[in-house]
Amino acid sequence: MSLLEVNNLTVEFGDGDNPFRAVDQVGYSVEKGEIVGIVGESGSGKSVSSLSIMGLIEYPGKVKADTLKFEGQDLLAMSENKRRAITGAEIAMIFQEPMSSLNPCYTVEYQISEALKIHQSGDKKWRRQRVIELLDQVGIPDPESRLKTYPHQLSGGMSQRVMIAMAIACDPKLLIADEPTTALDVTIQAQIVDLLLDLQKQKNMGLVLITHDLALVAEAAHRVIVMYAGQVVETGPAEQIFSKPKHPYTQALLRSLPESSLGKDRLDALPGVVPGAFDRPIGCLLNPRCPYATERCQKEQPTMQGEGVRQVRCFTPLDEAGRPSA
Amino acid sequence: MSEQTTSPATTGPQVQTPLQEFWGYFSQNTGAVIGLVFIICILIVAIFASVIAPHSPIEQYRDALLLPPAWLDGGNSAYLLGTDDVGRDILSRLIHGAQLSLFIGVLVVTLSLGLGVILGLTAGFFRGAVETVIMRAVDIMLAMPSLLLAIAIVAILGPSIFNAAMAIAIVSLPHYVRLTRASTIAELNKDYVISSRVAGASSLRLMFITILPNCTAPLIVQATLGFSNAILDMAALGFLGLGAQPPTPEWGSMLADALQFVQRAWWVVTFPGLVILLTVLAFNLMGDGLRDALDPKLKQ
Amino acid sequence: MSDTIMKAAALDSEQPANQEQESVLSVNGVKKHYHVKAGMFKPDATVKALDGVSFSLAKGKTLAVVGESGCGKSTLARVLTMIETPTAGELCFDGKDILSLGKDAAKALRQKIQIIFQNPYGSLNPRKKVGTILEEPLVINSDMSKAERKQKALAMLAKVGLRPEHYDRYPHMFSGGQRQRIAIARGLMLDPKVVVADEPVSALDVSVQAQVLNLMMDLQEEMGLSYIFISHDLSVVEHIADEVMVMYLGKAVEYASCEELFANPKHPYTQALLSSTPRLDPAHRREKIKLEGELPSPLNPPQGCAFHARCRYANDRCHKEQPALVRETNAQVACFAREEGRIA
Repeated sequence: MSLLEVNNLTVEFGDGDNPFRAVDQVGYSVEKGEIVGIVGESGSGKSVSSLSIMGLIEYPGKVKADTLKFEGQDLLAMSENKRRAITGAEIAMIFQEPMSSLNPCYTVEYQISEALKIHQSGDKKWRRQRVIELLDQVGIPDPESRLKTYPHQLSGGMSQRVMIAMAIACDPKLLIADEPTTALDVTIQAQIVDLLLDLQKQKNMGLVLITHDLALVAEAAHRVIVMYAGQVVETGPAEQIFSKPKHPYTQALLRSLPESSLGKDRLDALPGVVPGAFDRPIGCLLNPRCPYATERCQKEQPTMQGEGVRQVRCFTPLDEAGRPSA
Repeated sequence: MSEQTTSPATTGPQVQTPLQEFWGYFSQNTGAVIGLVFIICILIVAIFASVIAPHSPIEQYRDALLLPPAWLDGGNSAYLLGTDDVGRDILSRLIHGAQLSLFIGVLVVTLSLGLGVILGLTAGFFRGAVETVIMRAVDIMLAMPSLLLAIAIVAILGPSIFNAAMAIAIVSLPHYVRLTRASTIAELNKDYVISSRVAGASSLRLMFITILPNCTAPLIVQATLGFSNAILDMAALGFLGLGAQPPTPEWGSMLADALQFVQRAWWVVTFPGLVILLTVLAFNLMGDGLRDALDPKLKQ
Repeated sequence: MSDTIMKAAALDSEQPANQEQESVLSVNGVKKHYHVKAGMFKPDATVKALDGVSFSLAKGKTLAVVGESGCGKSTLARVLTMIETPTAGELCFDGKDILSLGKDAAKALRQKIQIIFQNPYGSLNPRKKVGTILEEPLVINSDMSKAERKQKALAMLAKVGLRPEHYDRYPHMFSGGQRQRIAIARGLMLDPKVVVADEPVSALDVSVQAQVLNLMMDLQEEMGLSYIFISHDLSVVEHIADEVMVMYLGKAVEYASCEELFANPKHPYTQALLSSTPRLDPAHRREKIKLEGELPSPLNPPQGCAFHARCRYANDRCHKEQPALVRETNAQVACFAREEGRIA
């Protein structure tokens, strides 16, 4: 049984006949102890899809799914209270902006023990002990003296460590990290990634790593999901995705990284931008930007094809040499 | 739907001029639209006062003192809302009073907005000693009850409509200064201001051409609310005899002059009061709608 | 790599003079100190945002300034574009010391150094049309007629890959990448010689980032621009820069040619930075050097070498003295461990 199973997840915003689909028929699963990387550019729906798993989509957004199961329990069918008990304790989430994700009015201790108070029993003394333990686990030096600090007294890296401590407070089975290092400096970023991977290994959690940084995912993830304009366009084991991409978008994304153009004069840029709410093309969503688009791509939308974990949404998936199959 | 994705700016219905966008948000607020319609009505009445009004506002009909409204016993259909203690038609006075009240509103708002923007921009832009001087002066003004201050100013300048307007403008100045200063400081450190500076823009250009247009949203809102405040304050000053001098028809002084007849002729005070109430309400409603439509923080 | 060398060689052969002479912008010992009020009864604290930085930028070349937050790279951008006056030091543009010039002469020179900002959403005035934004520098600094200005703005729009109909649009109608193109176009309206680009692509998506970088390189070739390219992203820097200066807490710790720095990082901090940057291709990955601790606060800088608390090679001397940039064969490095031959 998968830890998390998502099938045909759709999130729509707006009303009327033509709502905007931020997430469009997304399906994937996360196993215990697995690191899944979700990559995509802004507007690809990678954050919205994970927010919808956490039940954090606010009113005008509508979440629909064929299956949205955590350890076999249907998250959409269960009561609001039960779902809240699961999200937060069993599924935890870390956000991009550590500075604004912590409430500036309360101390670090108060904020971490809040989750403990809600989801676990134990008295005040136990909670304090547990907070110290957690701070120590996330590598905050001298945790006891940090209990009474306020978020503004912490640096970005420290705040993100506190956020991670909050997230793992109830020993979650699945941790969703939404751009956990984007707002941090390079050397601090490396520290936080190390910390996340260490914790993941120690606790054998499932980790969903959402980021736009392909290289980061290449180094950390076991399995990768590439999203474009709300759809999953390619999934597969990390090394396969990065060495032999099958979807033209994945290929273009990889090629546009400076690292892929070492020694070249110019970068291989993908022309155009991700379509927004009002300019979604007909047919394959990538067709206006795709160098291999055919007439069929302009009319029909391809579906996911392929076996097992290696799937691609393209009529003419790329072969080993990076050329479209006929 | 176009398939041209290289430029989303050319496609789709999202291309709106700021005015269209503004109206889109504004028209969602029913109260605001009602307020706007009412204000437009008042405006039309004020402009065509001499055509609409059945009588002259200052002519005294000695044979029709304190006549009740037309629909009551003893009412006369010539005087629809009745007459006051010296026989002037209340409806005509209200219609002409609209002219005066709107004029005062415009005068007060223009004066206080203009001066407030200049002071606030200067304080926010130059900071330092200039800011301290301006802001402390503003703080002192805020520390005094505004009506009392206005009365003091009118007492010094002498009672007249224009002086009363001046007094109200000065009293409402602090709000504009503080508002402008706050938004100026917020905008000052934005990159677009710095890039204008790098392009060589002078301080005046930066203040009035680069920064000011980006501070207008809260100012417009404050101005509409200031409009209603001006009418209220003017009514108060008029009530105290420090505003419009008789026989000029002005809503506030109409209220004041007829106070002693409240017991036996309710209509002489009710109608001016009602008109003031409705006008102020309309402006406040419109101000709310403007705030919703212009404040980007409230937009989705 | 060979291409870049060829390009550099071609440029060199055009101007066989030595580097000092062909430099458009040279900076010598520039410092910027801020005074911060610490409290009513305490003396003001001094933040040394920029503490003695020197470099020279050749015509048509790109100097990348790399560092993490608080290293002074943005302050450097503000000093170079004369948004702020340096506390000490020399700024020479085309051989003239800008700081000692009179107001009018300085204003004329100022036009030649323009800036592009990181956030394309904040750098364009939301209440002005694109045309007005582009023409503003001309309105201020030239006496061109309205038609001439419009013509120049349209030409510049075409140059950065936008269409004439964009002239009458407002910034909010554009995507991030297009806005950055507009910002670049505005920076180029006065025909500058030096463009200071403060993290110009870090707010953009990967695919758009590549477009904008290509555009910047095209424009550099076409107009002979020199770039000061400020960034924290080493993989971008590796692609665009000719020379790289690595900064840490207001000081340069290493200054070398791009090839040399990436092939052979010398300062322990540079080495750590390079190893911390995630890499796509396992073959490009370096051995991870784990840096302990946080970036020091510029308000309360450590004594001695600013990096010593996080450095695995630090010794007593590093705790007490501040190393200066020392010229080596291929680079300049500020490190005692290297001076003393403790690291290769």
